[in-house]
Amino acid sequence: MKFLPLVWAGLWRKRTRTFFTLLSILIAFLLFGMLQGTNAAFSRGVDAANVNRLVTVSRISFTEPLPYADLAQIEALPGVDHVAFASWFGAYYQDPKQFIFSFPVDPERYFNLYPEFKLPKEQLDTWKRTRTGVVIGIGLAHKYGWKIGDRVPLHSTIWTKPDGTSDWDFDVVGIYEDPQDAGQENAFFINHAYFDEARAFGKGTIGWYIVRIKDPTTAVATGEAIDKLFLNSQDETKTQTEKEFQQSFIKQMGDINFIVTAILGAVFFTLLFLTGNTMMQSLRERVPELAVLKTLGFTDGGVLMLVLAECLVLCVIAAALGLAAAAALFPMLKDVVGIVNLPLEVVGLGIGVAVLLALVTGLPPAWRAMRLNIVDALAGR
Amino acid sequence: MSLFKQIGAVTAMNLQNVPSRLGTSLVIVVGIAGVVGVLISVLAMALGFSAALDHTGRADRAIVMRGGSTSELGSTISRENALTILDAPGVRKTADGKPVGSADELVIVGLPQKGSATGVNVTLRGIGPEGLATHPEIRLIAGRMFQPAVREVVVGKSAAAQFQGLEVGSHIAFRDSDWTVVGMFESGGDAHESEMLADAETVMSAYRRNLFESVTVLLDDAAAFDGFKAALTTNPTLSVDVEREPAYYAAMSATLQKMLFFIAYVVGGIMAVGALFGALNTMYSAVSTRAVEIATLRALGFGAAPVVISVFVEALLLSFVGGAIGAALAWFFFNGNAANTLSGNFTQLVFHLTIGPGIILLGIAWACAIGMVGSLFPAIRAARLPIAVVLRAG
Repeated sequence: MKFLPLVWAGLWRKRTRTFFTLLSILIAFLLFGMLQGTNAAFSRGVDAANVNRLVTVSRISFTEPLPYADLAQIEALPGVDHVAFASWFGAYYQDPKQFIFSFPVDPERYFNLYPEFKLPKEQLDTWKRTRTGVVIGIGLAHKYGWKIGDRVPLHSTIWTKPDGTSDWDFDVVGIYEDPQDAGQENAFFINHAYFDEARAFGKGTIGWYIVRIKDPTTAVATGEAIDKLFLNSQDETKTQTEKEFQQSFIKQMGDINFIVTAILGAVFFTLLFLTGNTMMQSLRERVPELAVLKTLGFTDGGVLMLVLAECLVLCVIAAALGLAAAAALFPMLKDVVGIVNLPLEVVGLGIGVAVLLALVTGLPPAWRAMRLNIVDALAGR
Repeated sequence: MSLFKQIGAVTAMNLQNVPSRLGTSLVIVVGIAGVVGVLISVLAMALGFSAALDHTGRADRAIVMRGGSTSELGSTISRENALTILDAPGVRKTADGKPVGSADELVIVGLPQKGSATGVNVTLRGIGPEGLATHPEIRLIAGRMFQPAVREVVVGKSAAAQFQGLEVGSHIAFRDSDWTVVGMFESGGDAHESEMLADAETVMSAYRRNLFESVTVLLDDAAAFDGFKAALTTNPTLSVDVEREPAYYAAMSATLQKMLFFIAYVVGGIMAVGALFGALNTMYSAVSTRAVEIATLRALGFGAAPVVISVFVEALLLSFVGGAIGAALAWFFFNGNAANTLSGNFTQLVFHLTIGPGIILLGIAWACAIGMVGSLFPAIRAARLPIAVVLRAG
């Protein structure tokens, strides 16, 4: 620690150069924070997936409906604890840009299966009694200023009523929270009984089943048992764990994920080159100084550590500033990624990468400094 | 010596010395190559994606969906309505008087992407008897056309290239029976090339449906659209949205396209700022390495302008080389690559990254701009070097 002032002084020997290097590393970590943060936000759903929940969808594609009658059969299977279902309502509020993630569900069944959604008991009871009632996430409620008692008109892009209109009015009767994950607080849950009765077509079908199993280790066997029930029927099913199901969604984004990785690769390669070059250059100019340090009794290892420490301080400070800037800008992406704060693991990863960067770029000059021959260096040879 | 001669002499001398500063010069080259490479690749993606959707559709073709539906998948059109739409004024007629239009039945099929086990959504489009007449751009390039009432499909060129098991002659199992791939088609690189085509009635019976998703009609000419639209929207038995095909596909691509352009310019911009600092570092150190040389020249009577210009030219040349390397790398790795992603219908759209002269020029322009800005302050410093002090110290 007592060498910190020495490291600091060495770092600021050429003020402009260090400043510009600091800025370019800072920029790289700003990008790292934003891109990696977006990536982490997309895969967050996968990590949060529950291990004892299975999702059963139509074998053809998850957009194909399944008969409601399958419910009783799935529920009767040994190993199955509880079954719920949901459909895709595909609606927007006022403007197609204001898309609402809305699902008709059975209130009791659905909230039993998702204990992480906290909804006051009396609101759930009211909802069960109110046909046109909906329960919404607190994030959604804040976004549009909706509160309990409000009447909300949605326009479904899929479902019509028998009169041919696609406008549906709902009454907000409850607001749920998910303390673990604010990204889940944007859903809009509709009473399935009302939806099924009021829609013009598709009656008696649902979108997908969610199945809770008693023992997570039987996930594969139970999934196969469910699919076997409907084998060779008109509606064959495909059952996956919740995690697999969500991963398949992300995979649909296809090559877009690749861009993020490729950009980060390009950024860091460029950066590695830049920082490495600066460190080498700074060392070349300071060969006589380092020789003096050695003459004063600094060991070879000591000089190595000194140069490395300089690199480390520069990289870590720049990375910390860059990540802080990313954290400050991240809320602007809220509508794209669905979460408000830069995930902490991204910050951790960023600092880790900064240390790695410092070691990779600092080691060659530090090594040279260690091998420095005092006599040659002082003579300027 | 005239000013131009001075400039020429100083610049030439400076450029000859660049190899001795190779290490620091490479910082500009590599930094800018990175920026330009990323910028060009993402722009190629954005342009390729919109090209696939922009090529889809012609001005004299209209697409009709249920009112309020934003995409075909969410729309439904009943048989009676489909007939009414096809009989509307403005629709082109065949020689024997049938309307040239097709009521389409759209279903999603999960197929594994090549090199992966998980399924992605691929569109199976059932087209009516006049479907091929409605889409004259569809040309068979292998096998034969599907037969009605038999479970046969023809696949788009891009779909066959990107997804597993779509070779001509292979069987795809979906909806309790085997479908045979009997042919492959191309349609000028548009969105339909990512799809499979079959007979609408066959698809409907297999999926036990009796509602169409959309109706596409070929109009007498592009000007007939307004009359056609008015006839449908004023018909009290119908509640539909009528759009020109190009407008429909442009709206579908708008979101992702905007996102890709955003990524290209924001990420490219942030990286450019990073590279700018690299360029500043390089040029400052170039100027300080050349301090004695510059001071000597000035002492001999050379003006400040030739020195400033020599710094500019060096930076511009290095950035140009960097930009060219970045563009070449992007072109080498990505030009013509097929990529696929989710599109408006919640199904996969295959598109090709195209790196044309336009975006290459843009990339080089960015490179030169970074070089210019990055050498501005170092050039000023070079012009202001205190001659006596530098010479004494050297």
